[in-house]
Formats: sequence, C-alpha cells, structure tokens
Amino acid sequence: MKLPLFRPDAATSTRYLFFTGKGGVGKTSLSCATALKLAEAGKRVLLVSTDPASNLDEVLMTTLTNQPTPVPEVPGLHALNINPVEAAAAYRERVIGPMRGVLPEAALRSMEEQLSGSCTVEIAAFDEFSGFIGNPDAARDFDHVIFDTAPTGHTLRLMSLAKAWDQFLDNNTSGTSCLGPLAGLEKQRGIYEATVQTLSDASATTLVLVSRPQLSALREAERTSGELRALGVTNQCLVINGTFETNCPQDVTAQAMQQRGESAMGSASVFIDSMPSFIMPLRPINILGIEGLRVLLDGESAKGSVAPVDAEWIPPDMRRLTDLVDEIEKNEHGVIMTMGKGGVGKTTVAAAIAVLLARRGHAVHLSTTDPAAHIAQTLDGQIDGLTVRRIDPAAETAAYQQEVMQTQGAQMDESGRALLEEDLRSPCTEEIAVFRAFAREVGQGTRRFVVLDTAPTGHTLLLLDASEAYHRELQRQARSTQPEEVLHLLDRLRDPDFTHILLVTLPEATPVHEAAALQADLRRAHIDPHAWVINQSLLGCGSCDLLLRRREETEHRYIREVVEKQAKRTAWLPWQAVEPVGGEALSRLAQSGVPRMTVA
Amino acid sequence: MAKYSGVMKTIQVYDPAMCCSTGICGPSVDPDLVNFAAMLSQLKGMGVHVERFNLAQQPMAFATNACVKEILAKEGTAALPISFWDGEVHLKGRYPTHDERPGWFQAAIEKKEAAV
Repeated sequence: MKLPLFRPDAATSTRYLFFTGKGGVGKTSLSCATALKLAEAGKRVLLVSTDPASNLDEVLMTTLTNQPTPVPEVPGLHALNINPVEAAAAYRERVIGPMRGVLPEAALRSMEEQLSGSCTVEIAAFDEFSGFIGNPDAARDFDHVIFDTAPTGHTLRLMSLAKAWDQFLDNNTSGTSCLGPLAGLEKQRGIYEATVQTLSDASATTLVLVSRPQLSALREAERTSGELRALGVTNQCLVINGTFETNCPQDVTAQAMQQRGESAMGSASVFIDSMPSFIMPLRPINILGIEGLRVLLDGESAKGSVAPVDAEWIPPDMRRLTDLVDEIEKNEHGVIMTMGKGGVGKTTVAAAIAVLLARRGHAVHLSTTDPAAHIAQTLDGQIDGLTVRRIDPAAETAAYQQEVMQTQGAQMDESGRALLEEDLRSPCTEEIAVFRAFAREVGQGTRRFVVLDTAPTGHTLLLLDASEAYHRELQRQARSTQPEEVLHLLDRLRDPDFTHILLVTLPEATPVHEAAALQADLRRAHIDPHAWVINQSLLGCGSCDLLLRRREETEHRYIREVVEKQAKRTAWLPWQAVEPVGGEALSRLAQSGVPRMTVA
Repeated sequence: MAKYSGVMKTIQVYDPAMCCSTGICGPSVDPDLVNFAAMLSQLKGMGVHVERFNLAQQPMAFATNACVKEILAKEGTAALPISFWDGEVHLKGRYPTHDERPGWFQAAIEKKEAAV
C-alpha cells in the first residue's frame, strides 16, 4: 500500500481542523506540526487543546493558559490549553459565587459537591471549546483554528451532548434529563447550535483521524470515524503516524517492525481506502520543541553519520514481569490493575500476569475493557484456572437500564416508566454502568486473583473520582440500592495488600510524563502504584537500522527517569516482533530480562 | 405537618442538589424519588401547577423564598426536599412514601380536608 506523505496543505482547505485518535497516537505532535506549517506559510493560526492530559506546553515549549498565547518562535501562531478541570471549577464558581452569604454554608457545600461530578467537567469543557467555534468573534483574528482534541470517547460525548442539549431544550417540560448542569449555561444555546452546525459543515471543518500502523489503533480510528460520521461530521481524512521502512534489510528486528506495520495496514485497507489517507514516517527522535516539529514534517536525513549506541550506558536495575508476580502472589488473592495511556500495552501486561498466576496454580480472572482485546480473548478457556471477561460499555449500560426498569419501573404507570426511561438515556448512565461492572470485578478479588486492564487515563480518573464521590454520597444515604462491592471499592483500591497497580508506559516522553501525572493523581486519592512496567523497549535490541538505534538511545533518559524518579519498582519488557498471543508467548514475554549490553 | 383543605392548585418542590429529577444518574436509585417524579408528572397532567427547583441548578429559587431560606438556615440541607402545597410547607426532609402518595392525588381532586 503506497500512501502519500501527510502534508498540512492537503487538509487545510477548511478553517477548522480537528485531530482525533486514541491516546499516544501523536495527535498533539501532528496538530502542532500542522499549525507550525500553516503559520510559516503566513496564516494566522490558533491551536486549541482540550485534552485533560495535554502536553501541548511541552511540545511547544511555551507556558500556555486558557487564552490565546503567542508562541515566541513562530510568528502568527497562538495556542491555548483548555483544562476541563479548571473550566469546571470556574463554572462552579459562576453558579455558587452569587449564592455566598445568601444561602447557608451547608447548602453551598452540597451544591459544590453536586457540581464536582464528571458531567460538570465535560460540560464546562465543551462550553469553553465551543466558544471558539460557535462564537464568530472569538476566533475572528485567525485564519485557522486547530484542535488537538480530547481522547475519542470524551470528544464523542461532548458532541452528542450538544445534540442532546438541543433536544433537551426543545422537549423539556418536566425538568428532567441529566443535562442538569447545562441549565446554568442556557444563555449559550446559540453558540452550541453554531458549534454543532460548524462541525458538520464539510466546507468549514476537517476531521483528521490520527492512528498508528497497528491493527488495534486502525480499528479504533475506524470506529471513531463511523461514530462521528453518524453525528454529522463527514469531512474526514486519516493520518497513519509512525510508519517504518528499514534501511537495513538484514536486521531481524527492523524487518519484523516493518512487516508488522505493513500487515496491519493491509488488514485495514478497506477503511484506509475509504477516505483520503496519508502516512507520517517514524522519526528517530521524540517530537519536542519547534525544531522537533519541523523534523516530524520534513523528515531528517538518516544518511549522515549517526553516533553508535552509547556502549558505556549501563541500564539501571529492572525486574522481569515474573519477578513482580513473585511478590504479588504471596497473598493468594487480590486485584492487579494495569493503568496508563492508551496504546502502551496495558492489555498485554495484564494478560501476561494472568497467565503467570494461572500457571502457578492460582484461580485467576482476567477482565478487559479494551474493545480490541483479542490478546485476552484468545486466552479464554485455554488455560486451567483462568477465566476472561470483557466489560462492554454498551452491554453493561443496556443491562443496567434493564435492571432499573425491572426493579424500579415495575410498580410505575406508563408515564413514570417513560420518565425513568428518559433519564436512563442520559450520558451518565453508561458511566455508572461501567463503574458498577468495574466494582463488581474488583469485588471478585476477595476469593481469587483479578487482573484488570483499565480504560485510558482520562476515563480511569473519572472512574476513580466517581468512586470517591460515590463513597461520600453513600455514606450520606442510609438507604442504598448499590451492591456491596461498590461500597467497599475505594477501601479495596487503597489497600496495598489487596490491590497492586502497575503503571504501564513506553520509554518515550509523553507516556512517561502522563503516567507520572496519573501516579500523582492516584496518590492524591491515597492509592499508591506498586510498580511501573516499561513496555516495548528497544534496549539492547542490537539493531543495525540507524533509525532504530537512534530511538534506542533516546530511551535511555526516559528509562532512567522512571527508575530513578518515579517508580518504587520497575519491570522491563522488550519490543515484540510478533504480538504475543496465547499462553506460551505471554509467558515467554514475562520471563524476558534486559539483555546484557555487549558491543560486538 | 400542616393540615390541608381545598383543591390543591400548585406544588413546589425544593430538591437537594442532584443531577436530575429522578436521581437515576446518582449513585443509587431511590424508588420514592422516581415514583415521586412520576407522580408529579401525572398531577401536572391533571392540571396542578408543578414547579421543581434543584439546589445545584436553581439556587436563586432557594435564596428568594424566605420560608425555604429560613428552614435551610435552621435545619441545614437535611431539611431538603421541601414540598409546598399552595405555598404552605407540606413535607420536608424526604419524599412521600408509597402510602402517602394517594393523599397527593386526593388533594388534587377532592375539595375536602386531606390530613397528612
């Protein structure tokens, strides 16, 4: 498959550009590089990030706020960062502020608590975000507005909220619907409508789907494409970021890497051919700073002499996955959760741990929320003592809706059931349903080992945050219809003997920094990760491919950062030529240690 | 609780801070709350003027009602929800139970004393 190189001018006929994709695919790098190119071509460009875990500051090496800030090195380029959590705090203050001194303190506190939920965060972020699209004055001074958007699910939620919001206002007679917090934003209705309209106007908006040459990432992009198309966003293109072609055909690792990418793209060819698609080749460096962005788009001559991998560098002390399992299995039961940015290999690590525990004779339950988790699925029923379950948000939501309708709706008349049904269609329902499924799986850990690969960072945080809020709420309510598992969830997650959290990362800038931020958030919630796992490392791969050697060398500083600054314990896993599928391959992966650094 | 006589024309409910009117998107489902919401929509269909205020969304309604404000100051948010029948406090601190709900319908249709 021969695809053209991504060039911003191939997708810049529209004023608005949205970069979307799974975490870690390079949305930020590509949107920044696009903004840079357009600015250098004389356009006035505004770059907007709505990602709660944005590293736009880092990539642009500029301290950003929620207002357009000029990027010093690039005339014509302004950038801003919408932090949804801060936006929610500002929104809360708008509602609560005028009530100070008017309502008693207790009433203010309960308002504040109710307005701290994830609904408020999302709505407040959407509110700010649409200000730049729906309000013609806000971005008047810019030729292009480029969004490095939030992770897929979040974006979709925001967009469907805008639709639901319209329906809400049109049909709302009973004051129902969970768009509650939107009530305070009613004045903005015109702006939201304009936002939704602009998003679905092909002459105004381009959606750039960013993916990797990996099957799961491409499938994810395909899903997003379909979902957004259904919401009316039809002007789409695809960029496959990080394609690799070796200049060293005799190198086994390099060959395997190239083939793996080619075969993934071959398998997804129908999707790739369905829209204008481009590639962005793998670069030897992490894309940081303006110079890094130029390298991303323009490439860099790999001909010049490349310094050999630093033979003097001695990797710090790291364990094998199997060493971690030695410690974890001492308690005979409990929960192991792999967490981290999307695409770092949480499912692989979770599956490998489950296999090791089962092979050592323990009863193990592996639970995955990854929709493309065939690694986990191929284990189902294959290994004694190991069961596998996939948490499917849609199915969990349907089951929860049904449960509520059956238990609560049974004694109601038709109008009551209609009301209940309407509220059950709110976006919160899915979150609650998935949360309950999560709590249920964690609860299983009292009798055996439960291994969970959680959803991407943002969602995971929402779940944990929700669990904290739930906890308080439940303590307040004498009567609760919640299962006992939910009541115990937070205590269980905080118990270091019961729950072992493994932060999975790649030895690259963004995944390490995001995992560090996640660790800080977890610690604030009094949950301390047990260990870090550095996955897909090229350390000691001995490749003669110059690009791979450069990438191997750039790993050093991130490995050191994890071991020396972040982790209590660190395990290491090598880059895999073939995706480890099945008990044997996973077990072998878990036994891998850092190769001796010998130089021929 | 106040005695009530006459055909009930208006109901005002001052809810605690919550996400939606049935509480369905909260951490647990309170059946009395869901049934209450359903009952209100029926009463509305029967011609009763129903208003609901959510502390998290319409705090101004709480601040401008002297009676609600006073109850909140004295008893705190535990006094919520507060239901008014024709401007008089009818029930506070909880939603009506299964056994109490028929009284609400009765009040809406019968011109006689419906003691609570």
